[in-house]
Amino acid sequence: MCVTCGCSDDAQVTITNPQTDEHTHILSDGTVISHSHSHEHNGHSHTEEAPQIHAQIHGTTITVEQNILAKNDLLAAQNRGWFRGRNILALNLVSSPGSGKTTLLTRTIQDLKDRVVISVIEGDQATANDANRIKATGCKVVQINTGTGCHLDAEMVERGLQELNPPLDSIVAIENVGNLVCPALFDLGESAKVAILSVTEGDDKPIKYPHMFRASQVMIINKIDLLPYVEFDCDRCIEYARQVNPHLKIFQVSATTGEGLDAWYHWLGDFGF
Amino acid sequence: MHELGITRNIVAIAAEYAQGAKVKRITLEIGKLTAIFPDAIRFCFDVCCQGTVLEGAELDLIEIPGLACCRQCQAEISLEMPYGICHTCGSTDLAIIQGEELKIKELEVDAVCV
Repeated sequence: MCVTCGCSDDAQVTITNPQTDEHTHILSDGTVISHSHSHEHNGHSHTEEAPQIHAQIHGTTITVEQNILAKNDLLAAQNRGWFRGRNILALNLVSSPGSGKTTLLTRTIQDLKDRVVISVIEGDQATANDANRIKATGCKVVQINTGTGCHLDAEMVERGLQELNPPLDSIVAIENVGNLVCPALFDLGESAKVAILSVTEGDDKPIKYPHMFRASQVMIINKIDLLPYVEFDCDRCIEYARQVNPHLKIFQVSATTGEGLDAWYHWLGDFGF
Repeated sequence: MHELGITRNIVAIAAEYAQGAKVKRITLEIGKLTAIFPDAIRFCFDVCCQGTVLEGAELDLIEIPGLACCRQCQAEISLEMPYGICHTCGSTDLAIIQGEELKIKELEVDAVCV
């Protein structure tokens, strides 16, 4: 690969002139780029006639071309393989604080306990309160406290998994830190991101936080039992969500009353659970 | 404020590539459709560079504009946000083809030329 423009030798035509050390790339769209990879001396010269010893500090450019999140993406890919090898459905649950993630999770665990084992990685800045709520359902849980961190990353999940040791053919639910911005950037190796929002929030959240709703495969509108008391317009919310991500699978549920949960369980069932 | 963690990442990767040489300039490519706020990177940069080979380095930030291809009619659409509507057929089913970059492009380091 050419380190200057990133073009690939095997994908595109490269013509190199050995005299000038300049080479030309013809990109797929027909653009012709010529440049050399020669060493530049920023104004000072090396002449053969008058050899002189001089040392000068000058700038040398190092081409890096590295994705800033490459390390996280690599670990996430390892996690993904780890899950796949054990036939584990990994869900990354993301939402604002207070949308009812933990309530939805405890309800799901209880309702599906005869069908599938669900283990949980809990991410919070502080306290083990949520982990204790999950533990009360009898399932395996590991709490990760991120301290000042605002999201889980692939390395934290990898360490969490070693601790959690979930069984084969099961579900691992990763409850991310309540935050609709940062977790969108960090792949954990999950099978799907599930964005949860509740009707006590604004119905324009999908377009206010488009990165998250675009990165998610599923959106759950929770607390629909409260719809008579709030000004949340479900249709408008879904319309916004579809604008951002036309492929979103959307469920409207109440984790408290159980309304709408069958469709959510049915979706989980499509993975063989 | 994930930019602080990301800027730490940037400094760590750059220091690794510099192999002990003093870095004079670092060039980043940040797509306009990523959830990264360039001003926040600038804000964190000087703090994160302290005590490293990047201390005092100039930060060159190239913002890459957003571009999508309509999955229905293949029209190219420029985007300000990571979603939009195709101006040709009205579809919202767009594949983002540019603007999600988050990359260290190059470093300029001090090198002694004899």
